[in-house]
Amino acid sequence: MKAIKPVNKHRNLLPITCMVGPTGLWLLFFLLFPLAYVFVISVMTRSFYGGVQWVFSLESYQSLVDSKYLAIIWRSIVMAFQTSVICLIVAYPFAYLLSKMRPVMKGFCILFVMLPFWINGLIRLDGWANIIRDSGLINTILMRLGIISRPITMLKTNGAVLFGMVYTFLPYMILPLQTSLSKIDPSLIEASHDLGAGKFRTFVRVIFPLTLPGIFSGTIQVFIPSLGAFYIADMMGDNKPFLGNLIKNLFQGDRNWPAGAALSVILILFTLAALKLYSKIGNMDDLA
Amino acid sequence: MHKVMIQLKNVVKNFENQEVVKSINLDVYEGEFLTLLGASGCGKTTTLRMIAGFEEVTEGEIYLDQENMAGKPPYARNVNTVFQTYALFPHMNVYDNIAFGLVEKKMPKKEIKEKVSQALEMVQLQGFEKRRPSQMSGGQKQRVAIARALVNNPKVLLLDEPLGALDLKLRKQMQVELKHLQQKLGITFLYVTHDQEEALTMSDRIAVMNHGRIEQIGSAQEIYEHPASRFVADFIGESNILEGYVTSIDEPYMTVSFEFGQIDHLPSSGYVKEEMLYVSIRPENVRYSTEPVPDFQLQGIIKEHIYAGSAIRTIAELPNSQEIKITNHPEQTLPEPGSSVYLYWNKDKTVLLHTAGDKLYDLIEDAVLK
Repeated sequence: MKAIKPVNKHRNLLPITCMVGPTGLWLLFFLLFPLAYVFVISVMTRSFYGGVQWVFSLESYQSLVDSKYLAIIWRSIVMAFQTSVICLIVAYPFAYLLSKMRPVMKGFCILFVMLPFWINGLIRLDGWANIIRDSGLINTILMRLGIISRPITMLKTNGAVLFGMVYTFLPYMILPLQTSLSKIDPSLIEASHDLGAGKFRTFVRVIFPLTLPGIFSGTIQVFIPSLGAFYIADMMGDNKPFLGNLIKNLFQGDRNWPAGAALSVILILFTLAALKLYSKIGNMDDLA
Repeated sequence: MHKVMIQLKNVVKNFENQEVVKSINLDVYEGEFLTLLGASGCGKTTTLRMIAGFEEVTEGEIYLDQENMAGKPPYARNVNTVFQTYALFPHMNVYDNIAFGLVEKKMPKKEIKEKVSQALEMVQLQGFEKRRPSQMSGGQKQRVAIARALVNNPKVLLLDEPLGALDLKLRKQMQVELKHLQQKLGITFLYVTHDQEEALTMSDRIAVMNHGRIEQIGSAQEIYEHPASRFVADFIGESNILEGYVTSIDEPYMTVSFEFGQIDHLPSSGYVKEEMLYVSIRPENVRYSTEPVPDFQLQGIIKEHIYAGSAIRTIAELPNSQEIKITNHPEQTLPEPGSSVYLYWNKDKTVLLHTAGDKLYDLIEDAVLK
C-alpha cells in the first residue's frame, strides 16, 4: 500500500524548478517539439513541388498501405528479429562469463565491450566493408593461399547487413544480460544444487527464468534501433531498402515529407508499444 | 548407541592459505540435534558448507551415513540446507518452491502434490500454495524454506543460522517449533548459530567452535556447568574468570592465590604446585557477606546495582579493579554501593581451568598477527 503524503500547497517550487527546469526545457525543445512537428507534417498534404501544404489529410497514411512499402516494412521486421535472436545467442554465454568474473577483470572486459562505441559507427562499419569486400582482406588472403580462385561476394548481401547489425547492436544485449545475471543471488544457485538439480537443470529452472527481464530488455534494445538503422543497410547491403532507408528516401529522394513523417510516426508508435510491453513483463516478476 | 550419521575426520579448510577450519573431528548421531556454536569467523558456516558440498575439503574426509563424500557435488548428497537468507526462488510460488527437489527426483505429479501439501501442513502454511515469496513475511518464508528442504526426506538437515533474520519474539517461537519438528520427524539436524541462548534451548549436543577448532562438545548442561576452556566459560553465558596460581597442595585440596586474595580447599586433582590456572564462577553463584567467610579471602567493594527485571545485577570490584558480576534475587536486601563485602560461593560450582592451552593459542595468535 502506498502511504498518502499530505500535500503542502504552499511549498516553495523554486528549488525543484531550478533542478528539473533545464532538463525539461531540453526535452521540450529537442524531443517534444520535433516529435510534434513530425506528427503534424504526417497529417498534412504533400505539395506538388515537394514541400508541405498545410491542409489536413490522411493521404500520407493511406499511401503507405502499398504492397511495395509493406514488403519493405516486413523485411525490416524480419531483419530486426534475426538480429535480436543472433545477438541473444552470441551475448548470453559472453554475459554469463562476465558475471562469473572478479570485479576488476569484469570491469576490464566490459570496457572492451564499450570501447568501440567511442569510435564513430560509420568508420567501424567502413572498416568491416573494406575487410569483407571482393578485393578486401579476407578474399585476398584466401586467394593468395589458393583456397579460392574467385572472390566470395560478402559485401552487398543481406548477410552483410545482418552481420553489421549484430556487430553494431551486440553490446546492447550483453549489458542488460550481464546485469541480470550478476543480480542473481548465489545462494539461489546453491539452493538449486542442494535440492538435487545439476548444472544444466539449474540453468533451465533457475538461472534462465531469472534472466528473462534482461533478455526482454536486451531484445528490445537491439530490436528497436535495428528497425530504424538505415546506414548499415546503406554501407553493407545490396541496395534493397529497409525501413530506415525508406524513411530517408521518402524525405530526401521523393521529397514526400508527409509520407516520411507518417512512417516515422508508425515507427515511434511501434517503439512505444514495445516499451510498454517490456515494462509490463518487467513488472511481472519482482526479482529483487 | 545410535549410529553415526555424519562423521568428520581431520577436516581442514584453507581459503587462500588461511586456515579457516583446523582439523575438525566430529560425529553426529542419527536423530540428533547438534549445534555448531561460535562467533562469526570461527569456521562453523564453512564446516556446514563442506558437508553440504558447497565448499571443497582441503584435507580430511566427510562421511555421510558411512559413505565418503569426497568429490560428490551438492546435488548428489542426501542432505538439504536451510539458508540464512531463505534462498527461495523468486520466480516460483510456494508450491513450486517446495516441489523443486521432488521434480528433480522425477516423482509422479500426484505424489508431489500429496507431499507438498503434507509439507505445508507440517509448517502450518496450508493454503499458501499460490503465494509468491515476495508476498510473505520473513517467518513465513523461513517456514517455506524448511518445508522445501524437509520434503526431500534428507538424511541430515543442515541449518545455517536460519532464524538470524527474524525478530526476537518470532525467533523464540520458531526455536520451539523447530525443536518439536525435529523430535517428531526424527531427522538429524545440524544447526549453525552464533546465538548461545538459541543453542542451549534447542540442541541435544553443542559443539563450541573457536578459531576453526571445536573447543568442546557436550550437552547444554555439560557445557554450561563444566566448560572445558576459558573461551567456552566466557562465551556460553556469563562467567567471572580469575587468573590465579597454585600456592600449595595438600591432597586432595589445594590453595589458589590471586593478585588480591586466595581460596583454600579447592579440589587439587590434575594440578601441580605453582601452576597458573583460571577460576571461573557464574554470576548467579556468587554470594557476598559482610562477615569473613571460611576458605575465601576475597574482598570487594560494591560498585552498583542494575535492575534487570527478573533479577538485580550487582557489580563488585576487586582491589585490582577487576569487576565481579553477581546476579541477585530481586527480593534480596542489597548492601549500599561503596560498602566492602566478602565474596564467596559454593565450591562445587567453581570451575577450574588449565591455562596452558589458552596461553599456547595466544602465543600462536600473536605470532600470526605479527
